[in-house]
Amino acid sequence: MARQRRETVLETQDLTMRFGGVVANERVDFQLDKGELRCLIGPNGAGKSTFFKCLTGQLKPTEGTVTINGVDTTGADPHQVAELGVGIKTQVPNVFDALSVEENIWLASRRFHPDKKAAALTAETVERVRLGDIRRRQVGALAHGQRQWVELAMVVAAEPWLVLLDEPAAGMTDEETEFTAGLIRAINETATLIVVEHDMNFIRAIAQKVTVFHRGAILIEGTMDEVSADPTVRDVYLGHKH
Amino acid sequence: MNRWPDKGRLVAVGLIGLVFMFGAPQVLQLFTVINLTTAIALAVLALSLGLVWGFGGILCFGQTTFFGLGAYAYAVAAQNFGDTTGAVIVAILVAAAAAAILGYFMFWGRISDVYLGVITLTVTLILFNLIRRTSGPEYKIGTALLGGFNGTSAPPLQVPWSGAMLFPTQMFYVAMGALLIAYFGCIWLTRTHFGRVCVAIRENETRAELIGYDTRLYKLGLFSIGGGLAGLAGILMANGIGRVTPDLFGLPYAAQAIIWVIVGGRGTLIGPVLGAFGIFYLTSWLGTQQTVNANMVLGLVLIGFVLLLPKGVVPWVMERVARPRRSAKAGRARVRAGRRAMQPAE
Ligand SMILES: Nc1ncnc2c1ncn2[C@@H]1O[C@H](COP(=O)(O)OP(=O)(O)OP(=O)(O)O)[C@@H](O)[C@H]1O
Ligand SMILES: [Mg+2]
Repeated sequence: MARQRRETVLETQDLTMRFGGVVANERVDFQLDKGELRCLIGPNGAGKSTFFKCLTGQLKPTEGTVTINGVDTTGADPHQVAELGVGIKTQVPNVFDALSVEENIWLASRRFHPDKKAAALTAETVERVRLGDIRRRQVGALAHGQRQWVELAMVVAAEPWLVLLDEPAAGMTDEETEFTAGLIRAINETATLIVVEHDMNFIRAIAQKVTVFHRGAILIEGTMDEVSADPTVRDVYLGHKH
Repeated sequence: MNRWPDKGRLVAVGLIGLVFMFGAPQVLQLFTVINLTTAIALAVLALSLGLVWGFGGILCFGQTTFFGLGAYAYAVAAQNFGDTTGAVIVAILVAAAAAAILGYFMFWGRISDVYLGVITLTVTLILFNLIRRTSGPEYKIGTALLGGFNGTSAPPLQVPWSGAMLFPTQMFYVAMGALLIAYFGCIWLTRTHFGRVCVAIRENETRAELIGYDTRLYKLGLFSIGGGLAGLAGILMANGIGRVTPDLFGLPYAAQAIIWVIVGGRGTLIGPVLGAFGIFYLTSWLGTQQTVNANMVLGLVLIGFVLLLPKGVVPWVMERVARPRRSAKAGRARVRAGRRAMQPAE
């Protein structure tokens, strides 16, 4: 995306999250510009999901601040963060199992849109994420990949301007992963994104700027080439097979 | 999206209800009709728990808190006002307000499901014990003596603005009418945006929050409505018996309410209603038998259902009814089954 001028829409300062003795995030200073598609990588347990939870209010950070679009959201509740226009797909899919695909998506779009608009958005999202054939199926009965897409569709249907995706392609076949990468690029036309992934091919397919997490802290930030050339990154992350 | 795919079924339920309402007093003895009024009161209590637990996922073991409070508020207000219309309104408001206050502390305190069950049960048992000890003349609200263990009399409902007392048969009409209105009111509620969000919260509270719903508010709203409905049940019960006693708060009713919902089927509204009627008649029949202990049979029924039919009767029957149709008219049935997935089983 071409940008005239950089505008920081998400910022954390000194963000620290401790669980008893475990330090999951340590003094994270992070900035995200409007329109970015940022990839967040790092080995298992590096603190990526914890970072997302602090951003969305699922966890209250032990220390530090979170600022979203100029609003201090440190310690805010998840619904308040969502009200600002932030959508998240969690690592373990959180969906409404007993409800239909359509109903799941409708609930997300209806929150921020009047009835007619919500219905239209639901139909549009069902098409966009190719859920047409299964739109009346119960989500609990779907395969893992499909559940991931339902959750992605719920995020999209609310029309957020900031989207956080925690391992959106986990457990998907190559073909499914490709489709998901396409979706993410399409979302990026109207929204700013952070995507957590382990799949390096996937990252290469979508990445602009990459942030590497290691032991709860930011190790390095840069383009995919810069990051993969870094010896420490090679050592702690890329050297490891996942 | 079509939220009323089962219109036909609902109309049928309404018609059966109306036939029962106007037919029963013609063919049944007065004693049975009076008994039925009590059963209807319990069915409304079952409906309230079916709404709160089955649709909202709020595990309330003490729904009798609001049942008893509604009954007492009605009796006390009616004795004081000398008019019952105002007493009905007061009683429903008292029960709903009690649920709102209790709900506020539980939902804003982010209490987990199990503790929620324990707390609500404790509250109803505390009220049971407190009110049992109010036998002295000093326990008086206005002109109404609370009467401790023996309770206090509940003046029968009057026709609004005329003061004419209702006869037992008329009381039956009122109770049955109230049940039908409450039932269809609940059906409607579960299909509004509010109701759908409550179901979503039951399914996954985290996701409901992440898509922007303040789940505490929705749970509070549903819990208060359920409390008001249980209060209505209390009013009907007070009229069915003619007295209110601390038993209304006691463990037997609290436990039975859960059994009605489990037996009838959680996640449906007709299930708890039928469960209440069924168990009511089972226990009264057992009461006349003398040979077996009614409580033991109830316990066995509960264990049997939990082990063999955990979803309850109504969902079980609906699954059985739906299946053969699918093979017969595959195309249409698939559409129907799909629609069913987004609807509460009803
Ligand atoms: N609720 C919790 N209680 C205690 N420790 C936790 C909790 N959540 C996360 N942790 C710990 O915090 C650290 C970071 O976990 P996190 O899930 O954020 O890592 P991650 O980078 O998302 O890993 P993965 O790639 O495996 O998803 C881990 O050591 C984890 O065990
Ligand atoms: Mg993670």
